[in-house]
Amino acid sequence: MCSLQSSITRSKVMAGGDENSDGGKTDFHVLVVDDSTVVRMVHRMLMTSLGWKVQEAKNGKEAVDLHINGAYFDLIFMDMEMPIMNGPTATRELRAMGVKSNIIGVTSCTFESAHKDFIEAGLNHCVSKPLTIAMISSFLPDSNNK
Amino acid sequence: MERTRLRRQVALTRQSLFDQGFLDEQFIQLEDLQDDANPNFVEEVVTLYYRDSARLITNIEKALEKNSLDFNKLDGFMHQFKGSSSSIGAKKVKAECTLFREYCRAGNGEGCTRTFQQIKKEYATLKRKLEAYFQVVRQAGPAETACWPK
Repeated sequence: MCSLQSSITRSKVMAGGDENSDGGKTDFHVLVVDDSTVVRMVHRMLMTSLGWKVQEAKNGKEAVDLHINGAYFDLIFMDMEMPIMNGPTATRELRAMGVKSNIIGVTSCTFESAHKDFIEAGLNHCVSKPLTIAMISSFLPDSNNK
Repeated sequence: MERTRLRRQVALTRQSLFDQGFLDEQFIQLEDLQDDANPNFVEEVVTLYYRDSARLITNIEKALEKNSLDFNKLDGFMHQFKGSSSSIGAKKVKAECTLFREYCRAGNGEGCTRTFQQIKKEYATLKRKLEAYFQVVRQAGPAETACWPK
């Protein structure tokens, strides 16, 4: 993808964050849940470039613990396969706790049945990794406006 | 003129990495994220990848040495390695990882061992090529933001 094209896409995505009743730009908080340090670094950079505030969790249990301790996120990117607690289990627990945030499943798995289980755990969407700006902007408009 | 020559060398080296199938579009995504505030982002991610995955390679090697292979464990390690490789656009490495996971699912130890040798080979080759590429990039100096062809 051309740098110019991704800049245009990036601007469109960031523009969504400006439409708030107070007329100003509020922070958009995102949680990236993935056991890979490299994946977290890339996804963090991707989202920071969109002006989002990013927090990371190394596995599903860390993500759940953050919420138990009162954290709130506008958007959660949840990897499917992780040690200690995987994505589907963490998603089920978050939903059972009453977490209403948009949860986007991120998976490298190509099996449809695995996607289906993950979605049924309580996801809003499921996408393939690695994430791209175009991918994020394709499902963003509704989730960016609370 | 020297700078122009070096810039051309950067472009040609970069293009060959794509043409020869070592890298895929994900590498371009990383380049797109690089800016004045983070001018060395791509090299930093690649450095992290090689540092982080060295541990995984050792774990896989040890797991493959056992008399009775734990395919679930092997698959778990490889899932993580594949994910990281995929994030930097390591096309050939990623393809071999996919093959390895298929052998894991089939419980084929010989297939796993054979494929792992190929993974290590591709991994080392890519490391060499990327090190050479970043060296030329550093020599050429900072580039203005450009729209890469293709």
